[in-house]
Amino acid sequence: MTAATSIILSRAREQVLERGEGLSEEQVLEVLQLPDSELDALLELAHEVRMRWCGPEVEVEGIISLKTGGCPEDCHFCSQSGLFESPVRSAWLDVPMLVEAAKQTAKTGATEFCIVAAVRGPDARLMAQVAAGVAAIKDAVDINVACSLGMLTPEQVTALAGMGVHRYNHNLETARSHFPNVVTTHTWEERWETLRLVREAGMEVCCGGIVGMGETLEQRAEFAAQLASLTPDEVPLNFLNPRPGTPFGDLEPMSGPDALRTVAAFRLALPRTVLRFAGGRELTLGDLGARQGLLGGINAVIVGNYLTTLGRPAEADIDLLGELEMPIKALNETL
Amino acid sequence: MTAVEPGPGTTTFCDRCGAPAGEGDHARCARERELEPPRFCPECARRMVVQVDPFGWTARCSRHGTCSSAAVER
Repeated sequence: MTAATSIILSRAREQVLERGEGLSEEQVLEVLQLPDSELDALLELAHEVRMRWCGPEVEVEGIISLKTGGCPEDCHFCSQSGLFESPVRSAWLDVPMLVEAAKQTAKTGATEFCIVAAVRGPDARLMAQVAAGVAAIKDAVDINVACSLGMLTPEQVTALAGMGVHRYNHNLETARSHFPNVVTTHTWEERWETLRLVREAGMEVCCGGIVGMGETLEQRAEFAAQLASLTPDEVPLNFLNPRPGTPFGDLEPMSGPDALRTVAAFRLALPRTVLRFAGGRELTLGDLGARQGLLGGINAVIVGNYLTTLGRPAEADIDLLGELEMPIKALNETL
Repeated sequence: MTAVEPGPGTTTFCDRCGAPAGEGDHARCARERELEPPRFCPECARRMVVQVDPFGWTARCSRHGTCSSAAVER
């Protein structure tokens, strides 16, 4: 360890671990630039921070696509855009299947079930389907229901809160400076406005993004700092899984060490936030990644499959939590 | 409903890319399929309507019916 890297880690230890104050953008960049030889020490520190400020519990969530494909937006990473030559076709899920998926998710011990739709924002038909689905799930299953339905109007935010949706996901996706390279059909600021409305309505704010979309390390640090300024309740961290037919379909997946360094850096920027392992981890980190991430700052996982791609079997992650002696967060302990 | 058998190289068309299974190299398709549901009907190469849920998937071809991860795993 050089004197310079030693200073970066010891300062982070004092600032984040001891005082609970997240790293600044400049400090996150220093962490992202640490060499691979310092990765183990960095992950160990991030794990200590997570244990100190969040505890050993892990929040488990399942997600499902209520409305798949045919989206009018051009998010360059997404196979569900109707603007690209993607093999993903439009599909709608009915309420009985939604309830069944929630039941199966709850059986894993999960406390979160997130209903997702590939839309710019919900129309009346989608809001009606969500209302019916949330009510049916609440009747049948003891699980928190979250939603991710794109950009919302104030009236829609109020309606979702009234349905009992406890958390709303809307990712900023990437740094503000990189966003125009990722999405051109709406702005980063429009997304921020929805997040502001969600918080005002009293729902928990879930906001993260995808790393490995061609952003620089400086922009990755910028993104961490922008998320920290939002103070979200949860940050889902995805790693780009290049999808056929999308503008980012030919990008290389980020390396395992880069992905783990990003996990640790985001934990050090957001010491008290639920930091969730989300899509792309299987591709980027393989089976060992779940263990390394959970011992490197992660304290939440999406179990099972994602929206259009497959994940590790849920039982593999649940078994791993048992092995690591990390209890699944109980329903009454959620935020 | 028909249970069509997915799997690149095992039928007429690759269920990941939709190209003829007997033409070209589908080794990458086979690798990618470990983390993806099928997207193309292996019998006719039509794009299928696919629903992924946390524990499985179903894929429906308008001509050849529906297959599912449950059927494949049986």
